[in-house]
Amino acid sequence: MPRDALMDFDAALEKYEPVLGFEVHVELSTATKMFSDAPNPATGDDAEAAGPNTAITPVDLGLPGSLPVVNETAVRYSISLGLALGCRIAESSRFARKNYFYPDLAKNYQISQYDEPIAFEGEVEVELEDGTVVRVPIERAHMEEDAGKLTHVGGATGRIHGAEYSLVDYNRAGVPLVEIVTKPIYGTAERAPEVGRAYVGAIREIVRGLGISQARMERGNLRCDANVSLRPRGAEKLGTRTETKNVNSLRSVERAVRYEIRRQAAILDGGGTITQETRHWHEDRGETSAGRPKSDADDYRYFPEPDLLPVEPSAELIEELRAALPEAPAVRRRRLKADWGFTDEEFRDVANSGLLVEVAETVAAGAAPAQARKWWTGEIARIANARTTDPAGLISPVHVSEIVAMVENGELTDRLARQVVEAVIDGEGSPAEVVTTRGLQVVSDDSALTAAIDAALAEQPDVLAKIRDGKVQAAGAIIGAVMKQMRGQADAARVRELILERAQS
Amino acid sequence: MSTASELTRASAADLAAAIAAREVSSAEVTRAHLERIGAVDGDVHAFLHVSEAAIATAEEVDRRLAAGERLGPLAGVPVAIKDVLCTIYMPSTAGSRILEGWVPPYDATPVARLRAAGLVPLGKTNMDEFAMGSSTEYSAYGATRNPWDLTRIPGGSGGGSAAALAAFEAPLALGSDTGGSIRQPAAVTGTVGVKPTYGGVSRYGAIALASSLDQVGPVSRSVLDAALLHDVIGGHDPRDSTSLRDAWPSFADAARRGAEEGTLRGLRVGVVRELTADGPTGDGFQAGVTQRFREALGILADAGAEIVEVDAPSFDYGIAAYYLILPAEASSNLAKFDSVRFGLRVTPPGGGTVEQVMAATREAGFGPEVKRRVILGTYALSAGYYDAYYGSAQKVRTLIQRDFAAAFETADVLVSPAAPTTAFPLGAKVDDPLAMYLNDLTTIPANLAGVPGIALPVGLAPEDGLPVGIQFMAPARADDRLYHVGAALERLLQERWGGPLHAQAPALG
Repeated sequence: MPRDALMDFDAALEKYEPVLGFEVHVELSTATKMFSDAPNPATGDDAEAAGPNTAITPVDLGLPGSLPVVNETAVRYSISLGLALGCRIAESSRFARKNYFYPDLAKNYQISQYDEPIAFEGEVEVELEDGTVVRVPIERAHMEEDAGKLTHVGGATGRIHGAEYSLVDYNRAGVPLVEIVTKPIYGTAERAPEVGRAYVGAIREIVRGLGISQARMERGNLRCDANVSLRPRGAEKLGTRTETKNVNSLRSVERAVRYEIRRQAAILDGGGTITQETRHWHEDRGETSAGRPKSDADDYRYFPEPDLLPVEPSAELIEELRAALPEAPAVRRRRLKADWGFTDEEFRDVANSGLLVEVAETVAAGAAPAQARKWWTGEIARIANARTTDPAGLISPVHVSEIVAMVENGELTDRLARQVVEAVIDGEGSPAEVVTTRGLQVVSDDSALTAAIDAALAEQPDVLAKIRDGKVQAAGAIIGAVMKQMRGQADAARVRELILERAQS
Repeated sequence: MSTASELTRASAADLAAAIAAREVSSAEVTRAHLERIGAVDGDVHAFLHVSEAAIATAEEVDRRLAAGERLGPLAGVPVAIKDVLCTIYMPSTAGSRILEGWVPPYDATPVARLRAAGLVPLGKTNMDEFAMGSSTEYSAYGATRNPWDLTRIPGGSGGGSAAALAAFEAPLALGSDTGGSIRQPAAVTGTVGVKPTYGGVSRYGAIALASSLDQVGPVSRSVLDAALLHDVIGGHDPRDSTSLRDAWPSFADAARRGAEEGTLRGLRVGVVRELTADGPTGDGFQAGVTQRFREALGILADAGAEIVEVDAPSFDYGIAAYYLILPAEASSNLAKFDSVRFGLRVTPPGGGTVEQVMAATREAGFGPEVKRRVILGTYALSAGYYDAYYGSAQKVRTLIQRDFAAAFETADVLVSPAAPTTAFPLGAKVDDPLAMYLNDLTTIPANLAGVPGIALPVGLAPEDGLPVGIQFMAPARADDRLYHVGAALERLLQERWGGPLHAQAPALG
């Protein structure tokens, strides 16, 4: 496949102004689906656990005669989200049918809000790395249902082309979604990629704060489509946009926006025109590729869903939900910074890594703020970076707090704890399970340590005499030997104590 | 009431009373009807499927009654079910090849309520494919014939249910009415059919034609029987969002009062000019239909009713609006028939992509009328045409609702012939969709406005000796008014005839 020509980013920004737009889909963590009483797999810990086509009812399969019924909790969650986005809540909104044939769409239409969304006209404050605040205007937030999942079998690429057959799993069909659509975002210039990342991070923080979604991007609880267009600096007219689908980590949002700016700039600079199309993001190659052409005239034959009544929340309900909103992220940040006693730099380090929620939840689970920060921005971020993913979601805050506690009470050394973190991330179980199955406990049995010290002293009999002569650092050689024999599972400080006791006896 | 013939000619109310009094068993009643089906259905073809479990179900009801269990007022009475309703254990095809042999994993709510009340499902009745038609000739499984004249249509789309009653194959049946599919077959077979208020009976499990118009309702040979069945199947269902939460009065009580009182003093009956021979489409009304209709108005007046004429000018656009809204909704509702999850699958020679399999399946599985309406509806919803077609039709719908509201200011019930003609010969209109559509002229406005309507027989047309029906319509939620006035008129007519109209039906078999 020929590589896209790319313009240097700074050069691109000198000539062109990027205009951004984002569509973020949030899977709500309700007990049941949007329109049926099937369990909602986006709520469980492991959506795949029960096997394909287990979380389904006649409604999710679109069986003849079945009818949708709106999930009240999903409506409440959507209103809360709309309020948190600073939106107005519609007194009356309604569902429509978006008609298109696709085998993952059981009814061959999607029930979605179209011309009357539940929430509209909001604004989100987004804080960049250096503390700059950007206001992102929100066009609307509307409710809809998710589609099922297709697996293409027999082809080389896992794509439909070349596949022998396809399997369809309707577990995800009917999972409640809120789609948040921004208005065009102007004036971000060279910070466009960063704004994209920070915006999606802010949405993630908001929905996590509301407790209405698991919001794990790697699981698809939060999915981002990034729209990018360029226009010559100073021009009034908007350029043609592309929509890069399913950019599913904060890091990828930043990279995808940057890539599209460079790609489009190269085309425009060469006198070419941008094709209005959807594009796919390839995390591995760090590139986008053309999807299907998209025009504003895509005909989904929308019409009001006759099986459902309009959604008409009472003013009392809206006020009740408004009163129950958690503090706004900006306020929350100020409070957390004070509570945790972090320096500006420490706090920004956490925030910019998208780890505020993780650190907060780790602290809430009992860890000291400094320890929570150390682990998330240190070892966990390092592993995430090595795996080119986001640290958030790699491991649960409760597990991190358990590991911190084990280090504090001497059950684990720092070194062992790092092994436990990686094993938990790899799915080997909870920290306690990993410690047991891998046999990683610190050896705190003095007799075992004494035996190891004796063995080491037999190899280096002069060490005790050096210590008695005041050369205490000579103990280091023995400590090293003991640690080696114990495969690191000894508390070095205790070993040192035991050696010094021996020298004095 | 002991011979098989007496059992099959009895009303559901009388059968229920005899079963409750242990004078006859549900099994005997059921067997008599199954035998009748065996004897005449080869000619009539009202049934697509006859239940093998009917006798066992009836015996179970007998055991429960013998054990002193209190079941509903229709316990033990057999019932036929239009094939548009989903039924566990019985195939549910909606008259379409694309669903041939499909057995749903669940019962439609009205069916579940029938079973819970101890009624005995006899089988599934024939219908125009996906309820699209007025003659049952568009069934993929062959036309049903009118028991009054086997060369004629039994109406549609619920011709199977109506014919089953007219042929004494069942004492009760369920139908569905989107633009007249209960009332028009009732009119042309001399039976009774009710389209309840939209939302009065759950649509859960009724294979959708046009969701905003469809309504399940009772079919019977008497007004009281329809009311009894309506009482069983009606009421709020949390699985249908459009189902009303109202507490409904007993419709059976309303029917009994209507029959007992013998007077209609104070009742204002509004004749809708647009739905009669005096309206702009008056040419389409058969003389004998108009004659019997006017005689019925005379009987109502003699009983004390005040007959007033009302105008509903927007009704003139009813058919046009209906044939945009219905196909639009149907094109979307029928999209799910794609071979992926259920029903027919046709793979093109040499295999094909999923799109090609979907297309081949729909090409082979849908009949011509279904294709016609899916194409019409897809067009009407297309970008650039939506406002002109679907949007305008919805505006007409609002105007029709306003006309109804105005008419109900001056009348308690509205009245018209239930169909413009008596049963026409099989094949007469099957190649002329517009002529077929006009047969629903009088019934469509009630669906567009969501108001209830009842059709009941008012005699035989002098020119062809075939049944003529009258239609009453009431404001939404006032279904009880229909049972009241319907039962009153039925009694007055039967006093003249010396018995029910169906006593005059020709013998079959």
